[in-house]
Amino acid sequence: MTESTKPKVRAARKTGRRHPLATVALLAIGLVFTGGAYTAFSASTASADTDITSQQTIDEGKKLFTANCATCHGLEAQGTGDGPSLIGVGAAAVDFQVGTGRMPMQMHGPQAEVKPVQFTDEQIKALAGYVASLAPGPSIPSPELVDGGGNAANGAELFRINCAMCHNVAGAGGALTEGKYAPALSGVSGTHIYEAMVTGPQNMPVFNDMNISPEDKRDIITYLKYMQDNRSPGGFELGSLGPVAEGLFIWIFGLGTIVALTVWITAKSN
Amino acid sequence: MSTATTTSAPNSTESAAKKPGGFTAAAANYIDERTSVSGAVKEFGRKIFPDHWSFLLGEVALFAFVVILLSGSFLTFFFQASMVEVHYDGSYVPLKGVPMSVAMSSTLDISFDIRGGLLMRQIHHWAALLFVAAIGLHMLRIFFTGAFRKPRELNWVIGFVLFILAMAEGFTGYSLPDDLLSGNGLRIIDGIIKGIPLVGTWISFLLFGGEFPGDQIVGRLYTLHILLLPAIVVLFIALHLVFVVVHKHTQYPGAGKNEQTVVGYPVLPVYAAKAGGFFFIVFGIIALIASLFTINPVWNYGPYDPSPVSAGTQPDWYIGFADGALRLVPPGWEFVLFDRTWSFNILAPLIIIGVFIVLVLIYPFIEAWITGDKREHHVLDRPRNAPTRTAIGAAGVTFYAAMWAAASSDLIATHFKLTMEGVIHALQAMLILGPIVAYFITKRICIALQKKDREIVLHGFESGRIVKLPGGEFIEVHEPLDEYERWRLVDYKDYKPLMIRPNAKGKITVGQRLRASLSRWFFEDRIAPVTKTEIEQSHGDHH
Repeated sequence: MTESTKPKVRAARKTGRRHPLATVALLAIGLVFTGGAYTAFSASTASADTDITSQQTIDEGKKLFTANCATCHGLEAQGTGDGPSLIGVGAAAVDFQVGTGRMPMQMHGPQAEVKPVQFTDEQIKALAGYVASLAPGPSIPSPELVDGGGNAANGAELFRINCAMCHNVAGAGGALTEGKYAPALSGVSGTHIYEAMVTGPQNMPVFNDMNISPEDKRDIITYLKYMQDNRSPGGFELGSLGPVAEGLFIWIFGLGTIVALTVWITAKSN
Repeated sequence: MSTATTTSAPNSTESAAKKPGGFTAAAANYIDERTSVSGAVKEFGRKIFPDHWSFLLGEVALFAFVVILLSGSFLTFFFQASMVEVHYDGSYVPLKGVPMSVAMSSTLDISFDIRGGLLMRQIHHWAALLFVAAIGLHMLRIFFTGAFRKPRELNWVIGFVLFILAMAEGFTGYSLPDDLLSGNGLRIIDGIIKGIPLVGTWISFLLFGGEFPGDQIVGRLYTLHILLLPAIVVLFIALHLVFVVVHKHTQYPGAGKNEQTVVGYPVLPVYAAKAGGFFFIVFGIIALIASLFTINPVWNYGPYDPSPVSAGTQPDWYIGFADGALRLVPPGWEFVLFDRTWSFNILAPLIIIGVFIVLVLIYPFIEAWITGDKREHHVLDRPRNAPTRTAIGAAGVTFYAAMWAAASSDLIATHFKLTMEGVIHALQAMLILGPIVAYFITKRICIALQKKDREIVLHGFESGRIVKLPGGEFIEVHEPLDEYERWRLVDYKDYKPLMIRPNAKGKITVGQRLRASLSRWFFEDRIAPVTKTEIEQSHGDHH
C-alpha cells in the first residue's frame, strides 16, 4: 500500500499545482494569526491598561453607574430604600455582581438571580473602578490567586468545612430559608468564586483574609476547578444531589424497567 | 427436559444405563437412589404458579438480595472496618494526605485502586436500593389484593420483618464507609437515641463505646451488617418461601380459579426456566445501572468530621420517611421538666413511626377480627372489591409519602423555586389532611368502579352502535360480556356489617360493640356482587 501511494503523492507535488483548498487554508491561517495577535494584544492591553484607578475609567464608570445603577443605589452610591450603599464594597463586589449578571437586578425577589451579563468587560471594569474610588474595599484578585494551581486536597477540606453546608460537598447548591438558596458552583470562574468569598454577596458570609488566607482561597478554587474538569469516575452524577436523586432514579427507572420486564415475561404469547 | 427426569427416576433401577436417556437418566437415577429426591422433585416440579406480573415482585427482591450477597462478599475482601487514623495515599488527588479512618481509606481504595472495585460498590449499593424498593412494591401488592388474609397472616408478619431488616441492613451499610454523609446519618441516630428520656444517653454510650463518634462504631456496624443481619435475613427469607410453598400461591379471580384449585404453570420446566432467566435479567439491569450511574460518591463527601454537614444530606430512600418525620415537627416541642429536657421534637416522630409500623405489622389480624372472617382465602381481591381496605391503604401510602417527601424538602424548595418553609408547611398539612382526603377519594373511586362493573355485567358494555327500532325508537346496542370476563367481575366475597348479638351470658360486651361499629365502618358502603338470578334476569330483559 505504502509503495503504491508514495509515487502518487510525489507526482502531485511535482505538478506544482496548488491544492484547490490551499487558498482557503491560507486564508484561515492568516485570519487565525491576525485574530490571535489581536486577542493577545488586546488582552495584554486590558490587563495593563484597564487601570481601574485611572480618572478616565472612573469617570466612565460614574456615567454608567448614574444611568444603570443609581435608581436603586442612589446617585452617589449612598444607597436607597431599594438597594444598599455601595461605598466601601470594593471593585471585587462590582465585578462579581455585574460580571455574573446578578446586577442590574431583574426584579425584587428573595435573591438576585444569575442571568446573561448585561455589560461588556470594559464597562464592568469601569463600574468597578468608580465604586472602588468611593472608598477602599476588596479589589479584584490577581490572576495567580485564581488559576487553580493550588493544593486540591487542602481546598477540598476547607470547602467541606466552610462552604459545603450551603453549597453541597460537590458544589451542587442547596436551599436556604425563605426562598433563598446557595447556587451551584459548576461553571463559575475562579475570579468570581474568589470575589464571592471576600465580599459575601447575597446571603453568603464574608470570608476575609484573616478567616481564610488568600492561599487557602486559591486551594478552594483549585478543588472546585478539579471538580469541574473531572467528571465522576462512577458515571453520570444525577446532579450530585445525593440519596434523593438516587432513590428517585431507582424507583422510576430501576424498578420501572423491572416492572416493565415482569409484564413482558408474564405476557401471554399470541 | 426436567419432566423427563422426574418420570424416569422412580421406575428405573437396573435398566437405567441401557435406556436411551443416556447420561441424564443415569445421573438422575444415581442421585435418586442415594437421596430419594424424586419425591421432592415430583412435589415441587408439579407445583403450580399462577402467572401474573405482580407475582414476580417478591422474586425481584430475592434476586436483588442474591446480587447484594455476591457483590457484598467481594467488598468484604477489601474493606477494613477500622477507625484507626491514616493519611490517605491513594490515587484520588483531592484527598491526598488527608487524615481519615482506615474504613474510609479502604473504601476509596476499593473505588479507585482495586480493579472492578467501584463497579462492585455501585452494584452493591444500587442493588440494595432496588432490594428495599422491590420489597415495598411487593408489600403494596400483597396489601391491596388482600393476600395477607388467612392462612397467610404470619407470612405477612415475616415479610414485614424482612422489610425492617432490609432497612437495618441498608442503614448499617450506609454507615460503614465513614464518610461525611454516613457520619451525619449516624449523628442523627445518636441524637434520636439521646432524645429518649432516662436511658438515651446510656444507650448511646453503649452503642458508640463512649461519646459519639468514638472509634468503635464502624467495626460494630460491620459485624451486624455482614454477619448477624444477613443471617437473620436469610433465615426469614427461607421461612417466607417455605410458607409460600405450604400455602400455595394466591391467584387473581377468573374462570376456573377458586379456593381449591390453582391455575398456572408448573414449576418445572416452564416456571423454573422463566424465574431462572429473570434472575439474570434483574442482575443485568442492576449491573447496567451500576456501570452508568454514580451512587454514593464517598470521594466527594470526604472523611467524617463532626463539624461539617453538607447541604442536601439525606439518608437512602428507605430511611427517608424517618428523616422526613423529624423535619416535619413544628418548632418548640422541647421543654424542661423535673430538671430534664424532654425532646418531644424527637420523641413524637419516634412514637408516630413506631405506631405506624406496628399497625402495618398487625393489620391482617385487625382486619380478620373486624370482619370475623375465619375462611381461607386463596383467590385475591381486586382492590376495588375491598373499598375500605383499599382506602386505608391509600391513606397509609399518603401518610408515608408526606414523610418521605419531607426528607427532600430542601431539594424540592430549590428545584421548584419554592420557599423551604412553604414546602414544610404544605407537607405538614399533607401529613394530617392527605390521608383523610386520600381515604375518602379512594373509597368513592372503588365503589364507583364496583358500580361500573355491576353495570357492565348486567347490561354489557356500550358498543357505540345506535340502532333504530321499527317503532322509531333509537337504542344503543350493548354487547354482553363473555363468560370468562364476567367471572372475573362477579367472583368476589361479600361482607355485611356484623350485628350486635348478646353472648352466651346474655350480655353485650364493649368489645362486641367496638367490633360491630368497626365492621359497620368497613362494610356499610358496599356494592353487592351480581347474583346468578340477576344475570339471568338481565339476559331476559335485553335479548
